[in-house]
Amino acid sequence: MKVIEFEGVSKIYGRQSRQFFLRYLTQAWKKRRNEAIRALSDISFHVLDGESLAVVGNNGAGKSTLLNLVAGLTQPESGQVTVRGRVAALLELGSGFHGDLTAAENLRVNAALLGLTRQQTEESYASIVEFSELGAFMGEPLRTFSAGMTLRLAFSIAVHVEARILLLDEVLAVGDQEFRQKCVDKIFALKRSGKVLLCVSHVPELLTELCEHTLWLDSGRMVRHGPTAEVLPAYLEQAATQRFNRK
Amino acid sequence: MSQPNYGFLLASLVLRDFKIRYRNMTLGVFWSLLNPLVLMLVLTFVFTRIFPNPGTPHFHLSALCGLVVFSFFSLGWSSATLSIYNNAALIKRVPMPRELLPIATVLANGIHFLIQIGLLIGLTLVSGYRIHIYWLWLPVIFLLEVIFVCGLALLTSALDVYFRDVRYVVESSVTVLFWLVPIFYSFSMIPAQYQSVYQFNPIAAVVLACRTILMEASMPASSLLIKLTLVSFVFLTAGLLLFRRLKPRFSDFL
Repeated sequence: MKVIEFEGVSKIYGRQSRQFFLRYLTQAWKKRRNEAIRALSDISFHVLDGESLAVVGNNGAGKSTLLNLVAGLTQPESGQVTVRGRVAALLELGSGFHGDLTAAENLRVNAALLGLTRQQTEESYASIVEFSELGAFMGEPLRTFSAGMTLRLAFSIAVHVEARILLLDEVLAVGDQEFRQKCVDKIFALKRSGKVLLCVSHVPELLTELCEHTLWLDSGRMVRHGPTAEVLPAYLEQAATQRFNRK
Repeated sequence: MSQPNYGFLLASLVLRDFKIRYRNMTLGVFWSLLNPLVLMLVLTFVFTRIFPNPGTPHFHLSALCGLVVFSFFSLGWSSATLSIYNNAALIKRVPMPRELLPIATVLANGIHFLIQIGLLIGLTLVSGYRIHIYWLWLPVIFLLEVIFVCGLALLTSALDVYFRDVRYVVESSVTVLFWLVPIFYSFSMIPAQYQSVYQFNPIAAVVLACRTILMEASMPASSLLIKLTLVSFVFLTAGLLLFRRLKPRFSDFL
């Protein structure tokens, strides 16, 4: 069964020269189309249940836009995005955290935002706290936390969301070496339990192990899509050549 | 896929707003009471000592009716207008129903509104008025006001994402409306030809209804209730429709 399906998907970001209402009115029909940036053009692929997909490409290739489309955070200009099942986006972790609230209060609000019910939140509260190893600090305001501690809390909440599809965008840079290893182990455990992962990472070893397929993007276009064993080395080789030529 | 229950999320967001506002304050919720009380005293001083106003008995109570109704409207509307913009991080990263943000902000202000209604009722009793069967109309008119403010908030919060000027339009409208809502004057002082127009302003209508219920111990005129209900639901519907049209592109404009 196709869990994620893209059919001829294009995403255009208009340049935002709209600050002034009058200027907007006068320019409405004139220029806006030519100023647009194509973040993705005509992308088609699908991910089957239980499979995982790595998305690779240089900066500005459209990786984040692709994940945002899967998460339903933005809409395509043309084409069709079909997603079957709940999506947990481990993108920018800790959105909605507020420094003046305690860690425990932030945990509950964040869990609600990620789609947990009241009952699910209470049930998984203990296990989230245990995973984050922050039990002693749950009553403290979040502004007293270090950046690493905040991320640990955010990651712990996010992996407790019951979702079929997990979007990972460089989230494995969490905390110290020990906690990072714990996160990697957790991701592998989720993978083994049959979740569909969509990974953006600059750590090739991780992608090779986690994802059966790789999608290679360049300036919004699909360069190659196929088994990771074939596409990833080709991408890495091309990236290395590019670096070499620039020197 | 099961449709998640958004009640818990809405409650969490309302509580979050409410807690953030009063964290790190010594007086906490008392600010909700202090603000209208101080304004009431100032208005009472100006309009009974400087501009004597013998036509209005219990001027302080009449003014407080206006102030409580107006302060929920002005604070709720102006803070909810910014709710999408201020929560850009959520809009860009969390696929939650966007409607909940302005509505949660309005409802968080609704908690202050409730506290202030308590103050208003307390002062009504202290001023010698008796509890009356018509007081049952109070929740109805206050609920209609909440619906109206939700509708306005949906409209302006969505538009503000595209045109940041909207927040200043809201700010100015609130200042203008302070004078055009009968807060420190009574409805009967308005010339007859403007009175029916006034009733279409839901805030003026709520103030009027609130005074009728509390100070005249009678039911608000049914024509006023009909206009109030009509305008509130028209705004809510318009707000929801416009919001739904605009929300898919929020993340591209924040």
